[in-house]
Amino acid sequence: MAPRTMFQKIWDEHVVHEEPGQPALLYVDLHLVHEVTSPQAFDGLKLNGRKVRRPDLTVATVDHNVPTTDRSLPIEDEVSRTQIDALTHNAKEFGVPYYDIFSGGQGIVHVIGPERGFTQPGKIVVCGDSHTSTHGALGAIGIAIGTTQVEHVLATQCIVQPKPRTMEIRVNGDLPRGVSAKDLILGIIGQIGIDGGTGYAVEYTGEAIRSLTMDGRMTVCNMSIEAGARIGMIAPDETTFAYLNGRAFVPKGDDWTKAVAYWKSLPADPGATYDKTVEIDAAKMVPFVTWGTNPGMVLPVTSRIPDPSSFPTPTEQAGARRVLEYMGLRAGQAIQDITVDKVFIGSCTNSRMEDLRAAAAVIKGKHVNPKVTALVVPGSAAIKLQAEAEGLHTVFTDAGFEWREAGCSMCLGMNPDILLPGERSASTSNRNFEGRQGKGGRTHLVGPEMAAAAAVAGHFVDIREWK
Amino acid sequence: MQPYKKVTGVVAPLDRVNVDTDQICPAVFLKRVERTGFGQFLFHSWRHLADGSLNPDFELNAPQFKDATVLVAGRNFGCGSSREHAVWALEDAGFRTVIAPSFAEIFHKNCFENGVCPVVLPEDQVDTILERASKPGYQLTVDLEACTVTDNQGLNVKFVTHQDLATHEFRRYTLLNGLDEIGLTLRQEAAITAYEERRARDFAYLARH
Repeated sequence: MAPRTMFQKIWDEHVVHEEPGQPALLYVDLHLVHEVTSPQAFDGLKLNGRKVRRPDLTVATVDHNVPTTDRSLPIEDEVSRTQIDALTHNAKEFGVPYYDIFSGGQGIVHVIGPERGFTQPGKIVVCGDSHTSTHGALGAIGIAIGTTQVEHVLATQCIVQPKPRTMEIRVNGDLPRGVSAKDLILGIIGQIGIDGGTGYAVEYTGEAIRSLTMDGRMTVCNMSIEAGARIGMIAPDETTFAYLNGRAFVPKGDDWTKAVAYWKSLPADPGATYDKTVEIDAAKMVPFVTWGTNPGMVLPVTSRIPDPSSFPTPTEQAGARRVLEYMGLRAGQAIQDITVDKVFIGSCTNSRMEDLRAAAAVIKGKHVNPKVTALVVPGSAAIKLQAEAEGLHTVFTDAGFEWREAGCSMCLGMNPDILLPGERSASTSNRNFEGRQGKGGRTHLVGPEMAAAAAVAGHFVDIREWK
Repeated sequence: MQPYKKVTGVVAPLDRVNVDTDQICPAVFLKRVERTGFGQFLFHSWRHLADGSLNPDFELNAPQFKDATVLVAGRNFGCGSSREHAVWALEDAGFRTVIAPSFAEIFHKNCFENGVCPVVLPEDQVDTILERASKPGYQLTVDLEACTVTDNQGLNVKFVTHQDLATHEFRRYTLLNGLDEIGLTLRQEAAITAYEERRARDFAYLARH
């Protein structure tokens, strides 16, 4: 057999049916379900008298619109409550395992999948959420799907999928001190563009990727979709196995040994080729800050806001002027002179233990700037507990951060955690689109240390010079 | 799903690149549990000023585009969130056709699932349509059977629904016939069951613990 990439191996293993000239029918090992993209799918099943084919391969939780404040109180927003109630009802009616708002297993879908050991190397994982690429960090194929496809997977446990091309993003060398996994993926998106990965399954390789922890790998794979790639993955290795060992839903005993042996067969064969390879020099990575309204508009923290007239075409110049107007920035302004109103540490990109530890280390013994509101939203109920066991919550609250319950929160502003019109954030989330964090809100994406430092300073600072 | 054959309609031009699904349907409107009624939220933040009144500067608010059924936009249309609500909003607002040089992947797929035809054309042809559409009363015809876009000013070009030709052909077939993908997949019931049996046997050690 010709040498195969990891993507190809997992793909081949999951083909249920294939006909020339048609997309393949692939089997799904894990379907993660949340409240926002599932109600219409369950309704479709009911309308057609269909069941969930494999409730045992399905996991549901609430994350997108849940409040992150006191959960003993009723949810004030009636429409949000209706959507949460719908999932509670649907999970029960269709027999789907469900972590409800009060459960210790609740959290952001892309955090709890790996955390509880549902996500494993070699699996195909789908979810009605664009950041499903996160699961690729464990050597799985994570594919984001729409609601009609959610219904399709619920009914058939399969997806209809044309085969993407493959792209290797090889990150050579080591990341410099003070440069996080978030900076790396922002740098990659800045280099290949927000549609540079469209139509590709990306595999991240190279020394810098191997050196990343699992939390860092998840941050990188998470934002693959921000470069247009629906799939981003990293080959499993000892870091992966050490992360998974002992988690709730991974194989135990002899089964664990067999599983690890299988997982070790997944990385690309020597000589396997990709349709495209992009090389990144890790040494050139720096702390990045986004300045515009998509994640590709990213600059080193030491830069100045670009002049719209420097863009190549009239359409792009007009676009850049619109961006600066929306963002309330002027050409030539130093990024470190930009002041922030709110700081958000959280989201499926940066809400894991290491993110919280890194942010806490930056602010320990310091205080949030009086003009800034800062909140930390752990990615899962379990992470919240663990952080509290480590005393991180008091580091945050002593510094003036709000310490919240798990959820997507201000990443997309579906719950009360939003930016008001004109407010500016330093945010560890994944999207700086117009209005993403609240209508008229201005978002700057950064890593967790950079966000924490901005909360204290009141403006962006170069974390490499932080004392 | 309603079949898509041939559509003639007024064209609304949105001369912007990388239009993301947060603009097409903002997150705050994703709380409905129905598939219907999302048209009112289409481009909501661009369409309205802070006080809630219509934004006179937003191109699609011009009266000439009130009855538009074809949207034409710049490259990478529909990037960002996977929310199918974006397509539901377009479809509910009367747009069954979107023309662009390229589409983001998840949005692209969501179009096919809802009988909305994505028309992929080279950038220069999209520019021509954007320019013509800025004048009142401009209409064009999308014929999915022939895969042509035509207007009465001499435009007559071939298009694909997807840059991958196999996907284009397959999706053209499902759109033309209004086929429900679940129905198609359920025809493979025997293959799915056989796969499940094989997987359970070969990978027993991976069964959920």
